[in-house]
Order: sequence, then structure tokens, then C-alpha cells
Amino acid sequence: MTVERIEKVFLILAGAMLVVFLLALFYSAFGMGMHLPDREGEIVPTEVRNTPPFDNPGVREVEPGRYEVVVLGRAWAFEPDEIRVPAGAEIDFISTATDVIHGFHVEGTRMNAMLIPGQITRMTYVFDEPGEHLIICHEFCGLGHHLMYGRVIVE
Amino acid sequence: MNTSTSVVQRPEGFRLPEGQLRVIRWMVYLGFFALAIGIVNGLGQALNYARVDILQYFPGMRNYYQGLTVHGVVNAIVFIFAFANGFLALTTARALDRPLKTGLLWASFGAMVAGFLLAGFAMGSGQASVLYTFYPPLQAHWSFYLGLALLVVSTWILAVTLFLGLAAWRKEHPGARIPLMAFISVATYAMWVLASLGIAVEVVGLLLPWSLGLMDHSDPLLSRSLFWYSGHALVYFWLLPAYLSWYIMVPKHADGKLFSDSLTRVVFLMFLALSIPTGFHHQYTDPGIGTGMKALHAFLTFGVFFPSMVTAFSVMYALEIGGRRRGGTGLVDWFFKLDWKNPALVAQLLAMLTFTLGGITGLINASYNLNQVVHNTTWIPGHFHMTVGSAVTLSFMGIAYWLVPYLTQRRLVGQGMALVSSWVYTAGVLIMARGLISGGLDGMPRRTLVMEAPYEKPSWELAGMLSGFGGTLMFVGSALFFAVLAGTILMGRKVEEPMDLPFTETVRGPADHGWEVHLDRFRYWIVATIILIVIAYGPFLAQYLPGHFTSPPYRFF
Repeated sequence: MTVERIEKVFLILAGAMLVVFLLALFYSAFGMGMHLPDREGEIVPTEVRNTPPFDNPGVREVEPGRYEVVVLGRAWAFEPDEIRVPAGAEIDFISTATDVIHGFHVEGTRMNAMLIPGQITRMTYVFDEPGEHLIICHEFCGLGHHLMYGRVIVE
Repeated sequence: MNTSTSVVQRPEGFRLPEGQLRVIRWMVYLGFFALAIGIVNGLGQALNYARVDILQYFPGMRNYYQGLTVHGVVNAIVFIFAFANGFLALTTARALDRPLKTGLLWASFGAMVAGFLLAGFAMGSGQASVLYTFYPPLQAHWSFYLGLALLVVSTWILAVTLFLGLAAWRKEHPGARIPLMAFISVATYAMWVLASLGIAVEVVGLLLPWSLGLMDHSDPLLSRSLFWYSGHALVYFWLLPAYLSWYIMVPKHADGKLFSDSLTRVVFLMFLALSIPTGFHHQYTDPGIGTGMKALHAFLTFGVFFPSMVTAFSVMYALEIGGRRRGGTGLVDWFFKLDWKNPALVAQLLAMLTFTLGGITGLINASYNLNQVVHNTTWIPGHFHMTVGSAVTLSFMGIAYWLVPYLTQRRLVGQGMALVSSWVYTAGVLIMARGLISGGLDGMPRRTLVMEAPYEKPSWELAGMLSGFGGTLMFVGSALFFAVLAGTILMGRKVEEPMDLPFTETVRGPADHGWEVHLDRFRYWIVATIILIVIAYGPFLAQYLPGHFTSPPYRFF
């Protein structure tokens, strides 16, 4: 197979571009700590309300400057649907779905994950600025899907 | 060195028996019929974001999500499967210079029709508003799952038909290189057969018995993972028939030549190997899948971007050869010297231009944690309407401008209208994508009846208007396309002299000795593909199986 010089140059540049992008991604993940949801363990969806910590949804300060927010997704609401947290604190969101698959997107942030029945979703985030963000269910979960939302109020 | 530079066994005329052309014609018609249904629903989806409700006027349409399910299933599955079945059966038979088994082609067509009717009944009666991804534990009527299974079976029957055709050809031509056009067609179906196993196991093994009450519970994460094992490769099953046209037919329309036979084969083998082990990039934001596996799939997804970069080069090079032959000079002048009056070429040139944006936005989606900025926002449909919604659909329309005249032995009616159609459609998709992408970056959710949501952001208004306006233009463009199609089939002037498919020659043909001969040994490449799949999915399955079947069914629609 003969490869023209101009073709070779193009292919090397294309490959190099992909390598640079990948390096940037791995730096942002491991250097800057921007992680995707990981394995956090399983739960029986019909038993969610009897299983800690999901038996008591809400915001808790676990130690000074660190908060735990337990959120349930169900058709068609988040519980709780209003979450108040302080700016600058480390917030641990722990969440799951009680019935069907839901989405959990705190708009304006990279807090974007799926709530899947049987699986626990955990994300950690620090809100730098006070303000208000919508929590949007962005996965189709039935006829009332578009009614499902909540708010994060950063104080 | 082989001196043949043809992409088919016998370049001079060849025509399939009329009986075989008939079944291929019906497959292509079925595909475009499905497209028409899907596009009407698509208009309703686009206008939703502009807060205009037209779905209420659709007969039998109960709600937005029912329309969205129909739009996805008939456009992304029925349209593409039926068209690919017809088109690639034709390219394979033509390239091998021998008819395929007509009975098998009819069986494939029959399975497609049965699947379409069953799934259509389930969706039309409102018992399957689960969208085209049908994630459990939302449970559709069993006829929906059975219909989907039959649609996949239809592609399998077609794949068997192609493989048998190739085997028979090999027996007649021992040691010869597979004609390039047949190589591409068979590689595409080989990839899809391996890829569709995930969806087959999910639908036949899990969801169908579950919907019939034989199983009480589903495992949502396992089902999602099986779906996306097939789901990303499905994207390539949409794309590769368009690539076939870009490599083989477009250079001919452009008076150019494809440069390298071997590089083209390498590209399609890379698609075979890398299309499947990349599915977790649709599940970056899922819990229950380790970040290590997600990172591996990110890496492989960047890998499958590479053959598309090669394609960009090869196809552009072929076009440049054509443009310069037509008197083009300078750095870009040749591009404007192409035949901008040929509707088949223009549709596909515009498809390629749109696809550069579709490809780049796709790379952003694939970018691991960057995906969290866009996941399940309208950015995603913004992206894929520039890939499947235009690169593929517009290319298939462009192909139809020569394929339907070929299949019917009639002249194309309304060449000017066909040109206008492509430009309007392209303008529409760019405007709609601009709206969806900007809205998505500001959190506007996809798959959501936004016009009735109790929440909104100010910036969504402009984004929604652009989506609605662009979607309307796409609808107008496709209406013009269907007018051309109907006019040609019903009123096109009969052509007496035999027609042939447009196919290019290569500058550098296939070698008849050396390492390149091994490119044709599909069995090696299939084994390599399976090894990659085991590496990409084995660790997850080993740790996850036998699964967690704990979710009861819900019918929230």
C-alpha cells in the first residue's frame, strides 16, 4: 500500500490531535479531580425507603464544611425538591431512583448523572458562588417527565 | 501488481434479474415510507421547543412522548434498516457480478414488514411510549419488543444473504481479491451482526419474556449496557452505507477517482473492529460502571474517530481530483468547479459539510468528563441531527436521486426541486442544531415536553425558536424530496437503454500479493473484533453478572 506524503502528514496530524485531546481529558480527570460517577453499590429499588441513608432524604452536615445531600428520584419529583447548601462547602450528593430511570442534572454545573433503579449514584461538588440552580430530570420517565424538577439554592 | 482499478468484478454492464430488482425496490420504498412517517413526527418534536403544539392535531396521537417514540423508532431503525438492506444487497450483487438469493431477500423484507407492523401497532395504540431506547423498568406491550426483534432478524437474514453471495463468488474466483464495493458492503453487515447481539439478548432474552409476564423483574443497568453495546455500533450501521456512497459513488458523480483501494479496506476494517467496544461512552454518567472501564471506552472511541478522519481525507482527495479535471485550480477553486447541478452529488456534498460539525460535536460527547456538560441536554439531538439526521439521511436522499431512477428505469423528475430540497434541508438542520446546541449548553433537557414544563430559563426561548424554525425548514426540504420521489416513480419518463450504478475507479487498485491480501480474510478481523469486545466488556460483565433483577415493571404512559 502506497501512502502519499500529503496523506501521511494529514493522518499524523489527525492522530496527534486525538492524542492531545486525550491527554487533556486525563489531566482534567486525574489532575483536576473531575470524576465521572463510579461504582457505589447496589440497592433493592422497592426497599429504598427502608434503606439508610435513603430512609431520610435531605441535607445533613456530616462535619464542618462537608455536607451530605440524600435525594430520591421518583415519578415525577425529586425528594427533597429544594436543597439549600452553603457556598464553598464540599457537597456529597447521594441519590437513587425508586421506580424507573431518572436523570439528575444540576444545570450550570457538571453535576449530571443518571439515577438507575438498583444503583446508587454519588457525586461530589463545591459550589463556589451563591445562587440558584435548577435540578432537571433529563431522562424520559413517563407522561409527567417534564414536571419533574427541583432547585439547589446556594447561600 | 494488479493492474485492475475497478471496484467491481466486471465494470461493463450488468443488470440483476427483474425479480431481484423488485424486492430491492420494495425495501427502498419501505425505508422512505418509514422516513416520511418519522419526519412528520419530527416536525412536532422541533416545534415543541418553540412552544408550538401541533401534535394535538395528529390523528391518533395521544401525547408528545408517543410521537417521540415513533420518530425515533421509524427514522433511526426502520428507515435505515430497510434502506441499508436494499442498497447494500444491490451493491454486493453488482460488485460480485452475480445475483443473490431472491428468496432470502424476500424473507428479509417480510421480517421487516412484520416487525414494522407489530412495533407500529404497539406505538400507535399508545402501549409502547418508551422511546427508541426502551429502557426498563418502563414496560411496553410485548408486540413492541417482538417487532423490534423482527426488524433485527431482517438485517440478519440480509447479512446471511450477502455472506452466501460472497462465499459463492469466492468459490468461482479462488485467490482473487474481493471487489472493493462488495468488501465494504460485507464489512458493514459483519460489523452489524456482531453488534446487534447485545440488543438481541436484551430484547429476546430479557424484555420479551418480562413483558409477557414470564419474568417479574428487570435489571435496568444490565439492559442499558446491552442496549448500548449495540447502540453505538448502530450509529455506524447508519453511517457506513453513507460512507460506501461517499467512497464509491460520490467520486464518480464528481468526475474524480478514489485514490487508494487498500486504505479504504483498512478504514472499514477499523470500523468493524472499533465500532462495538465503545458503548460505555453513552453511559459515562451511569452509576454502577467503573471509571476505569469508562476511560477505556473513551480511549477506544477516540480510536474509532480516526478512520473518519481518514475518510475526510480520502473523499476530499477524490473530490479534488474531480474538481481539477473539470478545470479547477488553486487551493479551493476546484471545490466550486464540481457539478453543483447534480442533485445526487449536491445532497451528499452538503451532507459531508454538515457531518464535519456532527463529527466534532460527537468527539466532545465522547470526551469522558466533558460529557457531563452536555449529557441528555438538547445538545445531543443537536449533534446527532448533524450526523444521522443529515450526513446519513441527506446522503440517502442523494443516493435515491440515482437509485430510484435505476430501480424503476425512469428519468428523475424535478431535478431543480431536488437541488432546492437539499439546500433547504441543510439550512434547516444547521439552524435547528444551532438552537438545540446553545439550549443544551444552558441545560435545556432533551426528550422533554419543554413547552409544558413548570421550569424554564430565559436563554431557552431563542434556542427553542431556532430549533422550531430549523425543524420546519427540514420538514419543507424533505417534503420537496418526497415530491421528487413520487414524481419519479409515478410520472418519470421510461428509459429504454440499460442503466448501471455509478461507481468510481481507484487510482491505486488492490494488490494481488503481499500483506494486503490478508485484508480480505474477514475471519481474522472478526476474531480480532471479538477479542476487543471481550477486553472492553469482559471485566464489567464478570463483575456484574448474574445481574440484579430487582425492578418491577411500570407503565407510566
